[in-house]
Amino acid sequence: MPGIKDEVLIYATRRILWLVPTLMAMALVTFLVMHATPGSPLDPIAEGANPLSPEAQRNLAAHYGLDRPLWEQFAIFVAKAVQGDFGSSFVYRSRTVAEIIGEALPVSLMLGAMAMAVAVAGGLALGVVAAVHQNRTWDYVSVSVATAGVAVPNFVLAVFLIILFSLVVPLFPTGGWESPRAWVLPTLTLALGPLGIVARFTRAAVLDVVRADFTLTARAKGLSEAPVIFKHVLKNAMIPVVTVLGPMFAAIGTGSFFVESIFRVPGLGRFFVLSMTGRDYPMIMAVVLTYGAFLAVMNLAVDLVYGFLDPRIRY
Amino acid sequence: MVSSTLASDTRSEGASTAPSETSPQELRRQSRRSKRGGSLASDAVRRLLRNKLAVAGGLVVIALCLVAIFADVLAPYAYTKTNFGRLNEGPSLDYPFGTDQLGRDVLSRIIYGARISMLVGVGAQIIIVLIGVPIGALSGYLGGRTDLALTRIIDVMYAFPRLLFVILVMSMLGAGLANIFIAIGVTGWVGIARQTRAQVLALKEKEFADAARALGAGGSRVLARHIVPNALTPIVVAVTFGIPEAIFTEAALSFIGVGINPPTPSWGQMVGEGQQYLRSYWHLCVFPSIAIAVTMLAFTFLGDGVRDALDPKLQ
Repeated sequence: MPGIKDEVLIYATRRILWLVPTLMAMALVTFLVMHATPGSPLDPIAEGANPLSPEAQRNLAAHYGLDRPLWEQFAIFVAKAVQGDFGSSFVYRSRTVAEIIGEALPVSLMLGAMAMAVAVAGGLALGVVAAVHQNRTWDYVSVSVATAGVAVPNFVLAVFLIILFSLVVPLFPTGGWESPRAWVLPTLTLALGPLGIVARFTRAAVLDVVRADFTLTARAKGLSEAPVIFKHVLKNAMIPVVTVLGPMFAAIGTGSFFVESIFRVPGLGRFFVLSMTGRDYPMIMAVVLTYGAFLAVMNLAVDLVYGFLDPRIRY
Repeated sequence: MVSSTLASDTRSEGASTAPSETSPQELRRQSRRSKRGGSLASDAVRRLLRNKLAVAGGLVVIALCLVAIFADVLAPYAYTKTNFGRLNEGPSLDYPFGTDQLGRDVLSRIIYGARISMLVGVGAQIIIVLIGVPIGALSGYLGGRTDLALTRIIDVMYAFPRLLFVILVMSMLGAGLANIFIAIGVTGWVGIARQTRAQVLALKEKEFADAARALGAGGSRVLARHIVPNALTPIVVAVTFGIPEAIFTEAALSFIGVGINPPTPSWGQMVGEGQQYLRSYWHLCVFPSIAIAVTMLAFTFLGDGVRDALDPKLQ
C-alpha cells in the first residue's frame, strides 16, 4: 500500500498531466471560435482602417501562414507554442507575443497578488468579526460590505472609489502604476469582490465550527476567547474557505482587465480586448492560454493545500 | 461561482438555527400549516415574504421591470434626442441627471437602459435553461459514454475563464443584442448542466423513479415527468442568480465596447464612456453606476431569499 506522500505525488502528477489536454482543448476552442466567425485580420473592420488590396491580402496571408488549411495552422501553432514561440503580434508588429506577455504579465501578477493578499486578510478578519458578533451591528456591517463586494461589478466599484478617494478626498492618483500610491485603488477595487466571498465563507465556517464539540472542549478546559478563536476555530474554519480560493483566482484574473483599463495599469488585461477586437490571432491564443494555464495551476495548488489542511481528505 | 458560495453559507446558517432553537409553538404552528395542506411552493412563498431584504430586493426588481416596460411613457426625452446647446451639463431641473457629450438626457438614457438590462437578464436565462437542462439531464440519466463525453465538454468549458470566453465570442461576432444572447447562452449553460446532472444522478435511483418505470413508463417519460420536476429547486435558484450575472455580463461587455451598439443606451456602455471624463463630468458615470449597483444588489437579495426559502434543510 502506497504511503500518503506517494498518494499526493501520484495525484499531483495526474492532475499536471491532465493540464496538457485541457490546455489543448482550450486552444482548439479558441482557434475554432476565431476562425468560424466572420471577419479576418487582413480585412479590418475597425473605424478608419484602410481596406487592403486583394494582392496585399494574399501576400500577408502567405507571410503569416493564414492561407494554409486550418488543421495545418493549428498544428503549426501547437508545435511552436510548446517551444514557447507564440509568433509575433499582428498589431504590434515589431514585437513578439512572448516579449509583450513577458513585460505585461509580471505587472498583472503583482496586482493580482496584492489584491489576493488584501482579499484573504480582509475577508478572514471581516468573517471572524461577523461570526463572533452574530446578528449584532458588526455582523450586519461586515455582511453588507461582503454582499456589496460580491454583487457590485468592479468597474462600478472603481468609479465610486475614484470619486471618493481621488476627486472628493484627493488621496490617491486616478490612474497609473508609477508609485506605490497608484497601486492602492486598483488593488482595493480588484480585492473587494473576492474579499466579500472570503468573508461570507469565513463567517459561515466559523459559525459552524464554533458549535463543534472540540470548541466546547477547548472552552470547558478554561481557555479564554482569543485562543479558542485563533487556535481552534479559525484553523478548522479555514478548510472550507480554501475551496473558494479557486473561483477567487478566476475572479481576480478576469476582473483585472476592467481594473487595469480604468486605472491605466500596464498589465496583460490591457491586451485582452485590444487583441480580440483587432483579431490579433497570435496574441489572442497566448492571452487565453496564459489565463487558462494560470487558473489551472492555481486550482491544483488550492486542491493540494486543501488536502494539507484537512488530513481527512484522501486523493 | 456565486451560487456555490451562497449555497454553503446557508448550510451553516441552517445549522446555526438548529431545531433546538425552534420553540414548541413554532413546531405546532408548522404542523398546523402542513395539515392545512400548504404545498411546498406556497410554503416557500410564505418564507420568502418573511425575509425583509428579499422583499425589498423583489420590490426593486418589480420596479425595474415596470421602468423597462413603460420606458416610453416614463422617459422625459427620447434617448437619441440631442441638444447641442447644452452639452455635458450637470444635473438641473430640465435634466435631473444632466446631459451627456451629445446633449442627451442622462435620466432618459438610464430609463431606456433598464430595458436592455432586463431583456438580457431574463432572455439569457431562458436560453441557458433550454440548453443546459436537457444536456445535464441526458448526461446524468443515460450515463456511460454519453455522460463521459458530455462531462468532458463541460469540464473544458468550465476551465475557460467565463468572462474571457464571452468577450472572445463577442469580439468575433461583433456587438449587438442578438449576439449577446448567443455569447451568454453558449458559455452560460455549463453551470446549470452540471447541477442538473448531479440532481438527476441522485434522483434516478430513487424509489419513485423505479415505481414509474415499474408501471411501464419509458425512459424519456420518467426523465421528463418524474425526475426533472423534482430537480427543479436548484435550477430555480441557479436561474435567480443567473439573471444578475447575465446583467453584469452585458454591462461588462458594453463597458468595454463589445456589447450593445450605440445609440441604444446600456448602463455598462454609459459607465464605460463616462469613466473617461470622470474628472470633469462626474454625473455621466455616477448615475448609471448607481443603477447597476442597485440592480445587482436587489437581485442578490432576492436570490438569497429565494434560495433560503427553497432550501429544504431550513424547513
